[in-house]
Parts: sequence; C-alpha cells; structure tokens
Amino acid sequence: MAEGLRHARVEIGDALPPLVCPPVTRLMLALYCGASGDHNPLHVDIDFAHDAGLDDVIAQGMLVMAWMGRALTAQVPQAAIREFGTRFHAMTRVGDALVCHATIVEKMSGDGEPRVRVAIEARDQRGELKATGDALIALPA
Amino acid sequence: MIDRKYIGYTSPPFTTEVERGRLRFFAQAIGETDPVYTDEAAARAAGHPSLPVPPTFFFCLEMDRPDPYGWFDDLGIDLPKVLHGEQRFVYHRLAHAGDRLRFDSTVVDLYERKGGLLDFVVQDNVITNQRDERVAEFRRTLVIRHG
Repeated sequence: MAEGLRHARVEIGDALPPLVCPPVTRLMLALYCGASGDHNPLHVDIDFAHDAGLDDVIAQGMLVMAWMGRALTAQVPQAAIREFGTRFHAMTRVGDALVCHATIVEKMSGDGEPRVRVAIEARDQRGELKATGDALIALPA
Repeated sequence: MIDRKYIGYTSPPFTTEVERGRLRFFAQAIGETDPVYTDEAAARAAGHPSLPVPPTFFFCLEMDRPDPYGWFDDLGIDLPKVLHGEQRFVYHRLAHAGDRLRFDSTVVDLYERKGGLLDFVVQDNVITNQRDERVAEFRRTLVIRHG
C-alpha cells in the first residue's frame, strides 16, 4: 500500500498508479465464475453465448469492477472506501487487456471527515472504454 | 416490459457465512496480490480480525443464495438477455471471514428505454452482520435486451 495519500497533499487531477490487468482468458472467466458464485453461463459457455446472440463469451462485468477496486485498494486501506460505483459501457471479450485508471476529481469533507472523489476508467488495449466508475474515499488530513 | 407491479418485490432473506477459503479463491480469480486478502497473519498485522471481504465480493455472497436467479423467473426475465448495467456499493464497516451476513433484496425500480428495446431492473440489497450492524448496501442495475 502506498505510504499514505493525505487530503492536504492531493490535488484535483492527480492520477493514482494505473492497474494493468493481464489479457482476459477463458480460464480467468471460469475461475471467476467459480470463485464469485455467479454461474451465469454467458461468461463460460460459448454455446449459451451463441444462443444469446453473441459471437463468444464475454467477461463478467463484476470481474472488471473487481479490477477497478484493486486499483483503489492498492492505494488506500479498504476501510477508507465509503462508496464505489461502476457503469458498464462495452462488453469485455477474451483477449482484451484492460488498464484501470483512477484520478482524483473532487476534494471535500463529508460526515466530518476529509474525503476525495476518485473517477475510475477501465479501457482495453485499443483504448475502448469498458467501464467508468467513481469512489468516495476518506483520507487522513 | 416487465410488469411494474414487481416494484417492491423482495427475495427471501438470505444469510451466509463468509468462508476464508472462498475469499482466497476470489483473490486468486481477480489477480489480487495484496497478502491482506489471502494471508491470515498479514490481515491481522494490518488490524483485521481475519481476512477482509473485498469491495465487490458482497455482490458474490448474495449470489450464494439457493436459487440466485429465481427472481428472474418470477419477474419473467430471460437470463441470456441480461447484461449488467450499473453497480454501486455504499460501505459502513468491513466484514471478515467468519462473519454471518444477511442479505435483504428488493426490486426498487423497473423502466424501459429505446421504445421498449431495453428493460431496466434496479434491485437494492441491504447487508447486515451477525451483530445486526449495517455493513453495506448495494444497488444492481440490470439491462434486458429485447430484439
């Protein structure tokens, strides 16, 4: 974990270190299926994906969100995260290699504590936006 | 269009115990390398009573209910047509391995877009621990594709 982001020292526009994810593999999707308990076959069964009108299986949105979460917990203790939301924009496919970027977009105080809002983006190797998100994080003064 | 009478639909309350091995498996599946999430000693050294539940895993725990897609059948939702649109968590306190978490799930909104080509389903979940403390809430927004 980073040696302490502090509210007084961060500026709007500061970027957190990006989280570089390995290319999506079918094994990765199968492991996430089992570990997450989300057994939706759309992510692991190509026959089901075809029947659903897709060319191939697609990654679980919540796998992408888990990666976005890792970009946060790599920098702040998880207990400091007050809110975390994501909107999924495009399907993530086998072979896609995502990078999660997090940027401080707001400094404020809330419930009596210094906080920042962080915007998060997940993009693939072509720069296509897969998901956007935001998190509300408490920082020491 | 899903019948708006299902706004307010609640799934049966579901309680599950957070298992240590499952947290390790999840950490592996998402490529987590921080030992706080896999190593009991590292978690304790960081001030946790046991391995913490990572930020998005609450969603997964809710899907451990006996029939996680049962509510789709009740609302007439066809699983192959479902995409995840949005997901949001609000956190009040951490949960750890060994905690027993209760999930109360309610459909809070149903609406259509693009002239009925897309149905949106919004479901809220409230998570409470074995001490009746509010741990987190999450809101899941699903998109059902027609045509």
